[in-house]
Amino acid sequence: MVPTTYYIVLSAILFGLGIVAFVFKRNIITLFMAIELMLNAVNLAFVAFSRALGKPNGEVFVLFVIVVAAAEAAVGLGIIILTARNRRSLNVERANLLKL
Amino acid sequence: MTASLVIFFVLAALAVLGAVSLILQRHPIHSALSLIVVMVALAGLYLLLGSEFVAAVQIIVYGGAIMVLFVFVIMLLNDGEEERTNFSKLATFAGIPLAVAIAGFIGAAILSSSSTLPAATANGSLTSSKTLSMLIFTDFVYPFELTSFLILVAILGAIVLAQREN
Amino acid sequence: MNEFLTQYAFLIVPIIKIALLVFVVLTVDAYLTWLERKVIAHIQARWGPHRVGPHGLLQPLADGVKFIFKEDPIPANADKVAYFLAPFITLMLALTSLAVIPFGPQKFTLWGYESTVGIADVNISLLVLFAITALGVYGIALAGWGSNSKYSLLGGLRSSAQMISYELSLTLSVVGVLLIAGDFSLRNIVEQQGTTGSGLLTWNIFPQIVGFTCFFISAIAETNRIPFDLPEAESELVAGFHTEYASMKFAMFFIAEYTSMISISCLATILFFGGWLSPFPAAWTFTHYLPSLILIPFGLWVIYDGIRYENIFGRILLPGVGTAFAGIGAALLVFPTINGLVQGPFWFFAKVFIFLFVYIWMRGTLPRFRYDQLMSFGWKFLLPVSIANVVLTATVILWRMR
Repeated sequence: MVPTTYYIVLSAILFGLGIVAFVFKRNIITLFMAIELMLNAVNLAFVAFSRALGKPNGEVFVLFVIVVAAAEAAVGLGIIILTARNRRSLNVERANLLKL
Repeated sequence: MTASLVIFFVLAALAVLGAVSLILQRHPIHSALSLIVVMVALAGLYLLLGSEFVAAVQIIVYGGAIMVLFVFVIMLLNDGEEERTNFSKLATFAGIPLAVAIAGFIGAAILSSSSTLPAATANGSLTSSKTLSMLIFTDFVYPFELTSFLILVAILGAIVLAQREN
Repeated sequence: MNEFLTQYAFLIVPIIKIALLVFVVLTVDAYLTWLERKVIAHIQARWGPHRVGPHGLLQPLADGVKFIFKEDPIPANADKVAYFLAPFITLMLALTSLAVIPFGPQKFTLWGYESTVGIADVNISLLVLFAITALGVYGIALAGWGSNSKYSLLGGLRSSAQMISYELSLTLSVVGVLLIAGDFSLRNIVEQQGTTGSGLLTWNIFPQIVGFTCFFISAIAETNRIPFDLPEAESELVAGFHTEYASMKFAMFFIAEYTSMISISCLATILFFGGWLSPFPAAWTFTHYLPSLILIPFGLWVIYDGIRYENIFGRILLPGVGTAFAGIGAALLVFPTINGLVQGPFWFFAKVFIFLFVYIWMRGTLPRFRYDQLMSFGWKFLLPVSIANVVLTATVILWRMR
């Protein structure tokens, strides 16, 4: 059997990779995908703990996280499409109109 | 080296490779494809943990709807590959040691508590969909109704955002 | 050797079943193209392929040879990853969807490993099928985008938008069946339809006629067949998302389309028409001779047609095929145990064949939807009707529980 620790370590690695992607990438859609990667890593931790403790409550919460991620992705991508049309670029470093 | 350990390592390697590929790819469409690989690998891990319904929902909703949305947006707003710029000195000299320190801290926290976690997972039993649905509609009915309201708000928001200006 | 077989039987038996299934499905795909061309031709008052072999039976072989030897150009500046990945994804998903379909009721043990007729018997087989359908959008979107051509991109995006719109009503129209059966497993759905053994009357088609109509229409839209094939129609966007694909990659899209047709027909028979159950009540045991009763006259008719065929090749091949059919029918009469085993799969394949024939019939008869008509039909009519079906079914079930 696979020990729970292995799943938690994998979840931490994926979360860390999500943070690295969020910090180092410049395309706004890729930043969004890094957020989804972080949410997925957290989902894995939830399911692993739910199995370790023997209760299905963690899996129910994972379903809610997936639903919230879907709603956030839909509205977020809508906003991205509008701002990209106005600014004609998907590079977040170009969004510097308020810079001194 | 039981079969489940082998399957776990294969799926974990696939997920980590997908995540690394998301960082290293230049065109966002390839990053999206790597993220889809990560999600399918995670669905396999959920199956290994015995939650078949969550695995199926992960593929149907995350892999079949959310990522399709991402792929559509990338195809429509085809901005091309990313430009290469140099990172600031601050990021390299302060950021990397800080990242290593945080990773070490999390690793130490996990390893120190591993003795208090229940020993192993998955005694081979599956969580039936019936158990999950009983929980959703009895204990968690209030969050369930709230998330359906959230989806309604998201739909309205998307419609408002997609309107053309008259 | 025997020890090796019993120790690794859990790997070897599924591999044998997979190899058998892939071989059978690819052959059925090839002859489905022949059947389609013949049926559409006869609807349009012409003959269809009739030169390549007797009655054009070797036409799929000729098509296969053509696909192998044709030149395979790659468009300039095509995105290599997306261009090469798209046909693989589509074909792989179409073939994988056949893994969870149960073909018959029997369970058998081979080298100490108990298995069912069907490759995998999972608790959530219906959800697995929906997951595979959901992932199928990627093949088309990537094909359209990877070809680096405006026609392909537009066709790919239109086709993907059509698929995700009709996926909603596809999944919702099945929820009525799930409420009645109470289980996601396709095997249990079929067995629940046959509990009373009264044949046709207990199938899910009668309580769920609205659900079946929504399911079938959404399924045709999912597989991009006429009347919903505007994105790949030849007179519209050249050939839509597979314009820039030639030879083997186009053959993969082609095979994937027919395999998903087969998979949807199998799903429709399992969910609504009782799968492998016989339409006659179980008490009428004389209906067990029906397979032989169909095969023997058919074999004799093929022999009679072959003897008077125009060229010598047909005069040898057709009577051979006819004798094979008549021989199988006679063998079923003589060995009642084999006849009992064959009953379930026979009815399953007969019903799947009827659905495939309806698919082909619709292709020959109906005109296409325009794209805006297609989208408004999916969102404004099918989705509300599917939701109303779910609400109605739930109400009736709750009312009956009182």
